[in-house]
Amino acid sequence: MAEPALSGSGAGSAVRLRAVTKTYDSGVMALGPLDLDVLQGEFISLLGPSGCGKSTALRIIAGLAAPSAGTVELAHHGSERRGSHRIGFVFQEPTLMPWATVRDNVRLPLKLARAPATDAEMRIDAALDQVGLAEFAGAYPRELSGGMKMRVSLARALVTDPDILLMDEPFAALDEITRFRLNNDLLSLWRDLHKTVIFVTHSVFESVYLSQRVIVMTARPGRIGAEFRITSPEPRGEEFRTSAEYAAFCREVSHALAPSYAGQAGA
Amino acid sequence: MKSPHDLIRFLLPVAVFAAGLVLWEAIVRAYGIQPYVLPSPFLVLKTLVADWSILSQSLGVTLLTTLEGFVAAAIGGVVLALLFNQSKWLEYSLFPYAVVLQVTPVIAIAPLLLIYLQQQTAVIVCAWIVAFFPVLSNTTLGLNSVDRNLAGLFQLYGASRLKTLLFLKLPAALPYILGGLRIAGGLSLIGAVVAEIAAGSAGAGSGLAFRIAESGYRLNIPRMFAALLLLSLAGIVIYGVLALVSHLLLRRWHESALGKDS
Repeated sequence: MAEPALSGSGAGSAVRLRAVTKTYDSGVMALGPLDLDVLQGEFISLLGPSGCGKSTALRIIAGLAAPSAGTVELAHHGSERRGSHRIGFVFQEPTLMPWATVRDNVRLPLKLARAPATDAEMRIDAALDQVGLAEFAGAYPRELSGGMKMRVSLARALVTDPDILLMDEPFAALDEITRFRLNNDLLSLWRDLHKTVIFVTHSVFESVYLSQRVIVMTARPGRIGAEFRITSPEPRGEEFRTSAEYAAFCREVSHALAPSYAGQAGA
Repeated sequence: MKSPHDLIRFLLPVAVFAAGLVLWEAIVRAYGIQPYVLPSPFLVLKTLVADWSILSQSLGVTLLTTLEGFVAAAIGGVVLALLFNQSKWLEYSLFPYAVVLQVTPVIAIAPLLLIYLQQQTAVIVCAWIVAFFPVLSNTTLGLNSVDRNLAGLFQLYGASRLKTLLFLKLPAALPYILGGLRIAGGLSLIGAVVAEIAAGSAGAGSGLAFRIAESGYRLNIPRMFAALLLLSLAGIVIYGVLALVSHLLLRRWHESALGKDS
């Protein structure tokens, strides 16, 4: 298991946040101050109640929102500058272009890049294969189920071969069976591709099942309330979901999460 | 016609139309109404055939004016909306005047235009004034309706303004633009007619609306009806063509164009 320190097990830090805060124009403090280190190849979850700023944190890491204060560092990789192509982002909604086929949707990141990839078609095929949608390349989003749309969204995030995959409650809108299946597929992709994954969710069960590390966030303004290392070995599968170990972790994490909901009506 | 229900939906208005014509013909005959008061439908049809050479020429003139006004409105509306979308300052500066042009009745502007512009130009400008606003406002709405997360994705991948416009904003706005064009098609015909009538009283002109005005002065009421019939048909065809184009462009992906089969 990786250590929290940057030197742990030889892996460098992929993402480093220092004293990051976000204050809205209205003066409401949404986030922070937040310190966070994510190791290369690590799978972490940000877990917290709605409105705790976990999505905001993700958008700040992606560069889609600017922090009000603090610094965000992404590890440099070879000669590549800190560039968009190093990040893949999966939204809560599939966020597909309805006017484009699955293939064209997955092609988008390559098309927007300043230097067009020469092996674009191969990469698209590979990404569609990875999510098991090779047969649906010519379909339009409206012809797909919710789970399949999410897979397209995932393929689009993977097509640039990013170092870091940011996922903002990607499976929250799916039914349970589909969500379990996508959880398993995501885990096997993560094992194969060695991406750094930051996964935002409000589900204790999902965060424990997927992550090496679960960061429990407090209610607004979101800070780190607790941190858990899920030491259960990989590969995890359906038998892990029903294990006593899994249940124990879920209980612990739920317990730590409870104060975040204190004072919220209906909690 | 896929089902009996569809057949009935098609036949009912046709039956109402036929019944109306029969009633009209019967009333004209029964009361012996003079053609210069109310011509019978049969006489209108006969006049349409007899005067076809004059009327078809006028139809061509009006359709050409309408087309020119429509194209000007389509290009002008979309281009203005794009400019407004790129520059807020430009939008703040000019949008109020677009509204002023829209809310001022064109029939009141037309005589002024005829003073300052050549007649042919004035007629086209008239059609443009009436028709461009729905294109402008619909396109603006469409450009502003882009999915926020999709826009974020374009930002994430460092898309240039041009690529964002071409690959995101324009496709997302397309259904709205087409909706605006459908309205603009009918309106540019109205604009052309208004301008022709205004111009007609000023002397020259040979469009269908001018024929209507001219026939009115000469108490040639059957020809008035025949010209009106052609104008109405022209409007229907324009709407039908634009609706078809819209359907063909959107049928693969947009909710508005999806049939019952999906």
